[in-house]
Amino acid sequence: MAAAAFYDLEGTLVSTNLVHTLGFYARNQQGILRSIKKGASTLVSIPLFAAADAYSRMVFNDIFFRRYKGQSEDRLRFFAQDLFEDVLKPAVFPGAKTLIRKSRSLGLRQVVVTGALDFSVAPLMEYLGVDDFAANRLEFVNGVATGRLLPPVLASATKASWIRTYAEKHDINLSDSYAYSDSMSDLPMLSIVGHPAAVNPDMRLRQTALHHDWPILNLK
Amino acid sequence: MALQLRRKVHESVVYIDRDSAPRIISSGMDFIPEDLPVGTRVIYPNAPVKGLPNREAAIRYALNHPHDCEPLYAQLQPGMKVTIAIDDLSMPLPPMSTPDIRQTALEILLDLLHANGVDDVHLIIAISLHRRMTEWEIKRMCGQRVFDAFWPDRLYNHDAEDPDGMTVIGETRHGEKLSINRRAAESDLLIYLNYNFVPMNGGHKSVAVGLCDYESLRPHHEPQTIRDSDSYMDPANSELTRKINRLGKLVDEHVNVFHIETTVNNQMFKGELSFLTKNEDDFSAYERMKYEAMRFTMSKMPLAAKRKMYNSLTSDYEMIAVEAGRTEPVHERIIAKSMQQYVVPIEGQCDILICPIPEISPYNVYSSLNPLLVQVMALGYHFNMYRGKPLLKKGGVLILHHPCYDEFDHVQHPSYIEFFNRLLPETRDSHTLREKYEREFATNPSYIEMYRRGHAYHGAHPFYMWYWAENGRAHVGRVIAAGAENAHVPAAMGWERADNLTEAIAMARSYMGRSAQITMLHQPVIAICDMS
Repeated sequence: MAAAAFYDLEGTLVSTNLVHTLGFYARNQQGILRSIKKGASTLVSIPLFAAADAYSRMVFNDIFFRRYKGQSEDRLRFFAQDLFEDVLKPAVFPGAKTLIRKSRSLGLRQVVVTGALDFSVAPLMEYLGVDDFAANRLEFVNGVATGRLLPPVLASATKASWIRTYAEKHDINLSDSYAYSDSMSDLPMLSIVGHPAAVNPDMRLRQTALHHDWPILNLK
Repeated sequence: MALQLRRKVHESVVYIDRDSAPRIISSGMDFIPEDLPVGTRVIYPNAPVKGLPNREAAIRYALNHPHDCEPLYAQLQPGMKVTIAIDDLSMPLPPMSTPDIRQTALEILLDLLHANGVDDVHLIIAISLHRRMTEWEIKRMCGQRVFDAFWPDRLYNHDAEDPDGMTVIGETRHGEKLSINRRAAESDLLIYLNYNFVPMNGGHKSVAVGLCDYESLRPHHEPQTIRDSDSYMDPANSELTRKINRLGKLVDEHVNVFHIETTVNNQMFKGELSFLTKNEDDFSAYERMKYEAMRFTMSKMPLAAKRKMYNSLTSDYEMIAVEAGRTEPVHERIIAKSMQQYVVPIEGQCDILICPIPEISPYNVYSSLNPLLVQVMALGYHFNMYRGKPLLKKGGVLILHHPCYDEFDHVQHPSYIEFFNRLLPETRDSHTLREKYEREFATNPSYIEMYRRGHAYHGAHPFYMWYWAENGRAHVGRVIAAGAENAHVPAAMGWERADNLTEAIAMARSYMGRSAQITMLHQPVIAICDMS
């Protein structure tokens, strides 16, 4: 039976987070005034995002992805390559590629499960050499983002259930599989595999990893 | 009987009499006074051999008068590529007071290389699958001047998991493949700077183990090789040494190695702590007072503070020999000198061996002694410190004295935790562990990442710790963990537990009889028991 390595993305393999992506798009609006306005509003919202994330990832998603409302799909997709080159590629942790390479050499399927948006991470996935990835998808109506996510929204427990479904579909033994994340919100995902590891963990996940005797990696 | 008990067979062997003072038991970080039964034989370290008066001069002399090769200066050509590999901080124990012998030797070597126009020099810490040394540790070991000039581009830890940094140099006729560090293999000259602390160190082991990878260790770091070694601390009767020597000859065919070996006396402490290695009957009133003060202080300190203090201890070993040249003649001479320091002649095996375990091992420098390390120190290192036959009779009882904390260092020993909690409850059989799990741990990407980028021992390392005690486990009848603070660690290891040494001796006597001969290794001790 095959096994896989499941990775969270932001904070785990790259140092950026969702706000960096939103900030990039905010800076690249049509016209300089719109860019300034959007950039400033993103900047002042950061404390709100932080508070919402600390409270609940679901609440955070509701508030955060509303910021994409009204943006055109073709524009978002067009700038994805620039986003990768300017923001994401330089943010890849030095140890990320070696970890993936080593893991791949063991015959493990490489899968990234992230709460980021699918179009924004696609070039990065290719760069990292992962086999599959699951990301959140924005809802578009007539080519314009509504600010809502299409279900299933990947966060916390839904990442774990997505992994279970994926494992069943691809005949993957979760006991022999690995999972890597930096955040306490990914505890369900870490808990369902045989070899979980905390990567560059926040304080809460570090404590949990210590209590469960999980390896703690630093890819920075 | 009393006369027989009091006879002096050797200065390092003391028999307990009715009026003998209590012995100091170094158990973990505590120093516990214990009255031992009359007739107990206590083995102390030999008196330290006098150190060389001028170690710089001795090193220079060795470089200029090597064995079976040209002096070092005659081998140097401007523009040549030279690598200096250095033993890591697993030896000596505790870490040496500065300047470390390696610093002294490095400064001499680098001056010599520079004077001969050799500028392409790399310094590699030969850690094999040990943990990477930290920046601070390297600076302390190599000295500020060397560190400033070479760190981090030309002074670094060996990386056994770097696919681009390793190269296959060949295969023995027994099918044992050897990969070593590419920079070392491709150098015009490889200088190995060794620190010989126990007879297992040095020789061909330096390059063939210190600079190799996991696959190259597999043929000899395995349980059967250990079983076939009698013992691995006696190079002449060690299957481990034989196998490594085969690989060493392969190294010699492909790499120009100039070996420098040093060895030290056993003066672990001098000055205020020197009483720790002394016969308690000979304590002066001042020494007894110092001991009581130390014991009282340690007993009042929280564990973390105690560990901090314990880890700050440094040793005062003095270099007693340095030799240079081809690996084999150099090693032969160093081993002879080392044995001169360590060998204690012992008459007759014992039925019950008491082995206190202090918080010191090659694998927990600046860390804690976890349960696997406790077992390797008792049933591995101390059990194997013999020539001829083991100190303990076959089927005898080994009493180890240690708190056996269920405590692991998540930074240094992550794979040990999984080994202890997941594998040991399933099996304690070394062969099963090797066949079923060793490779899984060795290739675990998390453990590899922690070895390469953190300061963790390699995923395969806890297995070696288990194999290292293979002889001990096969030989002893029972193991009693005296002073263990919990029941589950001894149970996981397959040991019995006793609250204290008195209870453990009573238990051991119930198995071995009232007239059982009891021997204690007085810790800290580095002694090879020459059995007759």
